[in-house]
Amino acid sequence: MRFGIVVFPGSNCDEDAYHAAKDVFGQDAEYLWHKDTHLKRADVVILPGGFAHGDYLRTGAMARFSPIMKEVAAFAERGGPVLGICNGFQILLEAGLLPGAMLRNRSLKYQCEHVHLRVEQTDTPFTCAARPGQVLRIPIGHGEGNYYAPPETVARLEANRQIVLRYTDPQGRQDDASNPNGSVHAIASICNERRNVVGMMPHPERACEVLLGGVDGRVIFDSVIRALARGPEKPALLEVGRPV
Amino acid sequence: MIDPQVLERHGLKPDEYDRIVKALGREPNLTELGIFSVMWSEHCSYKSSRIHLKTLPTEGPQVLQGPGENAGAVDIGEGLAAVFKIESHNHPSFIEPYQGAATGVGGIIRDIFTMGARPIALLNSLRFGSLDPPGTRRLVEGVVAGIAGYGNSIGIPTVGGEIAFEPSYAGNPLVNVFCLGIAKASDIVKGVASGVGNAVYYVGAKTGRDGIHGATMASAEFDEKSAEKRPAVQVGDPFMEKLLLEACLEVMQTDALVGIQDMGAAGLTCSTTEMGSRGGAGIEIDVALVPQRETGMTPYEIMLSESQERMLLVAKRGREAEVERIFEKWDLHAVKIGEVTDNGFLRVRERGALVAEIPNRALTDEAPVYKRPMSEPEYLRDAQQLDLDAVVCPADQNGALLALLASPTVASKRWVYRQYDHMVRTNTINLPGLGAGVVRIKGTDRALALSVDGNGRYGYLDPYRGAMLAVAEASRNVACAGARPIGATNCLNFGNPERPGIMWQFAKAVEGIGAACRALNVPITGGNVSLYNETDGTAIYPTPVIGVVGLLEHADRVVGRRFRESGDAIVLLGADRGELGGSEYLKVVHHLVRGVPPDLDLEAERALQALLVTLADEGLARSAHDCSDGGLTVTAAECCFDTFGIGANISIDAPPTAGSAATGVATALFSESASRVIVSVAPEELTRVLERAAAAKVPAKVIGQTGGNRLRIAVAGQIVIDQSVDEAERVWSNTIEHFFAKRVA
Repeated sequence: MRFGIVVFPGSNCDEDAYHAAKDVFGQDAEYLWHKDTHLKRADVVILPGGFAHGDYLRTGAMARFSPIMKEVAAFAERGGPVLGICNGFQILLEAGLLPGAMLRNRSLKYQCEHVHLRVEQTDTPFTCAARPGQVLRIPIGHGEGNYYAPPETVARLEANRQIVLRYTDPQGRQDDASNPNGSVHAIASICNERRNVVGMMPHPERACEVLLGGVDGRVIFDSVIRALARGPEKPALLEVGRPV
Repeated sequence: MIDPQVLERHGLKPDEYDRIVKALGREPNLTELGIFSVMWSEHCSYKSSRIHLKTLPTEGPQVLQGPGENAGAVDIGEGLAAVFKIESHNHPSFIEPYQGAATGVGGIIRDIFTMGARPIALLNSLRFGSLDPPGTRRLVEGVVAGIAGYGNSIGIPTVGGEIAFEPSYAGNPLVNVFCLGIAKASDIVKGVASGVGNAVYYVGAKTGRDGIHGATMASAEFDEKSAEKRPAVQVGDPFMEKLLLEACLEVMQTDALVGIQDMGAAGLTCSTTEMGSRGGAGIEIDVALVPQRETGMTPYEIMLSESQERMLLVAKRGREAEVERIFEKWDLHAVKIGEVTDNGFLRVRERGALVAEIPNRALTDEAPVYKRPMSEPEYLRDAQQLDLDAVVCPADQNGALLALLASPTVASKRWVYRQYDHMVRTNTINLPGLGAGVVRIKGTDRALALSVDGNGRYGYLDPYRGAMLAVAEASRNVACAGARPIGATNCLNFGNPERPGIMWQFAKAVEGIGAACRALNVPITGGNVSLYNETDGTAIYPTPVIGVVGLLEHADRVVGRRFRESGDAIVLLGADRGELGGSEYLKVVHHLVRGVPPDLDLEAERALQALLVTLADEGLARSAHDCSDGGLTVTAAECCFDTFGIGANISIDAPPTAGSAATGVATALFSESASRVIVSVAPEELTRVLERAAAAKVPAKVIGQTGGNRLRIAVAGQIVIDQSVDEAERVWSNTIEHFFAKRVA
């Protein structure tokens, strides 16, 4: 299967996502330049981390105007799996592909460290290889990862089971001290209603190799590889709907 | 027009002006005077330091590029080169901490990718005054945020570094930044201009009035008026630099370039002159063609601006369109501003009219070189006297340990490195705080270990030895990770060289660096000198900071500082000589900065480092951590930290020493004798480790065992340290974290 990794000017985790897909998981991978108007037949699209267009305005605010985003939106509309990591998540929010917004971390500082995440939903293409309740240790690296949405939106996310990962302690217990950035409901990752578009602040591509000190991020890649195994050339036909 | 006041404003001495007139055969105009003033500034010309720097060892079979280019380069095998350099941004960081530090990072990154290398790691070495005064807080927060803001955004991980706090730096913090990149050894690009008629391109940010005379500012002492120099500090734009980085590396793939250089200190002036000079050519430009973001800029201002994120490049004739197309892709506009000539002149025009014409030679090779007078400073004799009989050591050694762990220089720097993206590029295999920064080289089995070190107190008490110790420590840290040191870069931070005492410190330090680098076989491939680090006539401690690069043949054999298993043998490599002079213990517990720094036997150091590499390569050492600030006891405690509570039982001898029994015990615990490393070894490998040590003629002694959840140390059979690891770790972890968590009213 083929990973398409979008490169915005200012993306800086594009090579990391490419390396994970290509070298660690042995999949086909292509960079998709932000000015491109086609996805090079990608089966899954990753919006990588970084500072697209410099992020001097609001994180992700400019990137949604890049030509490629029209294609990404259409791909998502067809049911294709889209993963936004960190800045990619921020871009999905700005592009309206996911609800909510990012505020500055409550520390008001950039934070790079390992955190623990509890898998809340396993019926998305990026978590279907995980166990419900599984605790993952994956790094974050962001200054604006404090997820916020109005109470009614959060309630809807909860009701629709769209909260995919939550920050917890190593035992999977949710407490304030384990919430690195102040996100509402300890949200680290959400999906859209159709469940094919997932945004996550932590960086799974940084936790795919023993040498890097952890492999808990592999499950994200394993999931999408498994989810697509049935029809790599036909993402539109992908069935990732309801719980198994 | 050019009167003494004008000269003074340009930092030029009357005799230097006479030399300018002689070099030109006429009086310079103001633009030319400005150009001379920046090129002849200490910062650009190295006029006080050059004769000393010439004595440094810069060669070795692995050296691909020594000093003189934008950065040095060493061969790391498999056809690859490590390109690296360290540079200071002390003066701008004091005036505007965030932007000063940020643009320091931006500058060193440009130096690396200018060589055709993809930057993959940053480190920094920082010095501030004591933590408590509010001024320090503002500086630390600003500098750290600036480094983070730039490095994180451009996506180059900050994988290590060091920070120390000493009152000596209160009015003059040090911000030294190191960058390393990887290039194909055959593709290293140089900053040369050649080929008459080749186009000279300007690319990157537009030129503004910011930073005019930055280089001159960095060559003067601070006084109460320094805050007024704020406009001379530039503002960084990491996004622009990210575009430049990607576009330049892409252009370099094409073979359409002759040479390229960034515009750092002295901006367009320095880049045009140096590129012409290196290529034995000349450059002629028209400043009217330079993209400007302010109106009405004069040629003087355009030539001297230090606006950030700008590059100058020379394209091969006929390949211009190719080059322009790549920059267009990145929404950058490469603008042709001139041509290469064969006359050896820097010629500047404004809409065709000649506004400056200076032989390159006069600006570079013929710049003044000073053999400044030097003499041993007066403070030294007295400061080196240390009467241990007069030092009353408290019997409570646990208290002393906790005090040391709470010293900001020793305490965990997590609050700092958590703000740096240290994992982007997914190469970091030894995270910050765990020893040398180690990055694997994708596509190979290899990794590079990087460390920057220096100890200002040692430099103050003996600049020669202090400099040797800095080289030894950086190199030892790299060896602890299992890497063979292969190259070094230095950043020399000193006071006003026009004072003989400072010049003496500088000369001694350079001698020390040379001696250590020769003995340890780590050539200096480049670096930077920062002088005039003084405020109101008080100089900083002489602070040579050394960055060492080491090569690990097998990335997965990297060794970290933490104990790994209970029941492992703890082996001390190297011998204690009972040395408290200049130690962190004397400073923290007794508020004394006195004595002579630890002795250094370079042959023993070399043998120790070679042994460490062997142990790592054979997989015999589970952990390795060198004894530095706080001596063996602090080192042992650090080996226990971040292990989820693995303790240690250690027993050592009391070295013969002056003073009371308590002083003897304190000396055994906190002596900072060099060339010592604590390694932990699986019981079944112990014999082999001791054999390897014996063969290498390195003293090795089993001093204890890992296990339990307490750190216990007996001196001469008496338990004097008995401390819960959790509690000690809490103290160590919380000092800096809590300090900055406090709200300031």
